[in-house]
Amino acid sequence: MPAWSTWSSMAELAVLSGGTARPPVRRANWVPYALLAPGLLWLAIFFVAPMLTLLSQSLQEGSVEAGYTFTANWQIYVDALQKYWPQLLRSVGYAATATVAALVLSYPLAYYIAQKAGRWKNLMLVLVVAPFFTSFLIRTLAWRTILSDTGPVAEFARATGLTDLLQALALTNNDSLLSSKFAVIAGLTYNFLPFMILPLYASLDRLDRRLVEAAGDLYATPWQGFRHVTWPLSLPGVVAGTLLTFIPATGDFINSRLLGNTQTVMVGQVIDAQFLRVLDYPLAAALSFILLVMILALVSTYVRRAGTEELV
Amino acid sequence: MAQHGPGDLELIGLTKSFDDFTAVEPMDLTIPQGSFFALLGPSGCGKTTTLRMVAGLEQPTAGQILIGDTDITNTRPHQRNVNTVFQSYALFPHMSVMDNVQFGLRRRGDKDAKRKAQEALDLVELGHAGRKKPNQLSGGMQQRVALARALVNRPDVLLLDEPLGALDLKLRRQMQIELKRIQQEVGLTFIHVTHDQEEAMTMADSIAVMNAGRMEQLGDPAALYENPSSTFVANFLGQSNLLAAHVTGTAGDGRLTADVHGHEVLVDAGRVPAGLRDVWLGVRPEKLALGEGNGVNELKGTVSDASFSGVATQYLVRMPWGMDLTVVQQNDGSARARLGDAVTLSWDPGHEFVLDSAQDEDAGVEHVVVDG
Repeated sequence: MPAWSTWSSMAELAVLSGGTARPPVRRANWVPYALLAPGLLWLAIFFVAPMLTLLSQSLQEGSVEAGYTFTANWQIYVDALQKYWPQLLRSVGYAATATVAALVLSYPLAYYIAQKAGRWKNLMLVLVVAPFFTSFLIRTLAWRTILSDTGPVAEFARATGLTDLLQALALTNNDSLLSSKFAVIAGLTYNFLPFMILPLYASLDRLDRRLVEAAGDLYATPWQGFRHVTWPLSLPGVVAGTLLTFIPATGDFINSRLLGNTQTVMVGQVIDAQFLRVLDYPLAAALSFILLVMILALVSTYVRRAGTEELV
Repeated sequence: MAQHGPGDLELIGLTKSFDDFTAVEPMDLTIPQGSFFALLGPSGCGKTTTLRMVAGLEQPTAGQILIGDTDITNTRPHQRNVNTVFQSYALFPHMSVMDNVQFGLRRRGDKDAKRKAQEALDLVELGHAGRKKPNQLSGGMQQRVALARALVNRPDVLLLDEPLGALDLKLRRQMQIELKRIQQEVGLTFIHVTHDQEEAMTMADSIAVMNAGRMEQLGDPAALYENPSSTFVANFLGQSNLLAAHVTGTAGDGRLTADVHGHEVLVDAGRVPAGLRDVWLGVRPEKLALGEGNGVNELKGTVSDASFSGVATQYLVRMPWGMDLTVVQQNDGSARARLGDAVTLSWDPGHEFVLDSAQDEDAGVEHVVVDG
């Protein structure tokens, strides 16, 4: 009997007897690490290293001409906070408002696409992503045209009394919609809308409609069914969407520059100016770090409050 | 009890059409309060659509649904005192088992929700599992949670949509007995949708057999089995041997003579619909005896297949005209026939049923195999 035949019949025997004939050799489990390595390397070079550089930069003193020396100047953080706390707070406020507005706008849309759109689903998703085919800057500039005093939006707002309402809420300063808090928040909302819609869509698409039926069967009104079943089951999408909107919106410096005024300056604009025009590198670095820590603190509190243990 | 309860469930001309096909033909049905009722039929026969109309999850195209004297046709699902045990269980994955069971009570603002839910969980023997999440339970346990979640509301009618379909055979048998016990204990009206004829017969007081959107026959399990009114019911409910026969004359004693491929047999006259001459003579496999009979209703053939299953042996006996008859012989100690043996089959006149030969002899044969 040739060797291979012996082997195959032994293998058959092993299978028949429960496969205990030849215990598998335990291989060194290096594959996961190998798969992780490129990503880790990327993060080390392009995230960890710049972070450390930034931290060290913020603690140096000097000037561009004379060069910088590391002096562990922690005072710079106190100074930065004292001088720019309004911009920091404003950034968080605008971003939070834009996030809530984006959530309110996106949820019905995502729900419709996921549950009702049928064969139009893919087309509608493409339309959601379509604005990304043009640049962020161009899209924001386009809003200056959209909101311009002679445009249809402004006319509509004047005709319906929206202009007065916005003014009463101190979101605009005069009859113009542009160069106002309103314009900045509207721009932020618009620019990050797809980041809200897509995760919401993903979690609503997964939602088993039979669960909503079951809620109705168990005496829940449509609203109670939403409150107790649809909403909690879509929370992973809500959390992901709000984070993806809030975090970049807080650090944004384009919307407030193009659509705002001197009273709507956000911290991203300050950092941009300090780095590129004033050339005060330590201050800019310190502000960047403050922003980072602030966002981390807010996000971790938020995720904990959102009750991740309740998420499926 | 009957005078205090909500009353019978009554369907009047209930119809459901989708764009170009009718899922449920106009159906009239009264399901007595407190009964265990089964809607039996192959997939696509309209039984689930009927159930969903009663639950309010599907709007009927025409007709009415009444519980007692109350017309619930146009009420929303949450307004009906009807609960469903879904095929997929549809347990809320983000809630504990306890919260799942309390859901209906809480929506109605029941102050005693927690205690009632605990009682319902005890009833299905899951009193200890209240804090767990549904996905931490096995299929059978999830099924029981779904049952408790519906039962706890004490609905007028409890609907069960193939609730045992996802369970393995042993667990299914166990749950069938459980369900029957619980139904008798709580005394609610149960409507059970299933494609498993054995399940329907084991559990239900009465069965409506549905086919292609129509109700074929309604009756208690024994009546349906012994006296099917169509070839579909004869084949779908258990197995049947359908012999082409021609009624030839009377034989006295309330019997008729009939010709089956040249063999004369006796038929109970009461079983032959008036005026019918060309008929299907149906004999259930266990009514056919292997070996010499008492001289009447004998057919000779050859054993072409024998399969022993412990409690019984099933034979296929090839008739001279080429047809295979199925015979089931109880394992009662009598001698077993072997492949190729020449045997004589016989049955008692009165043990057959008679159907119009215009009906399709294969209707209901290809029913869904019990596979979960």
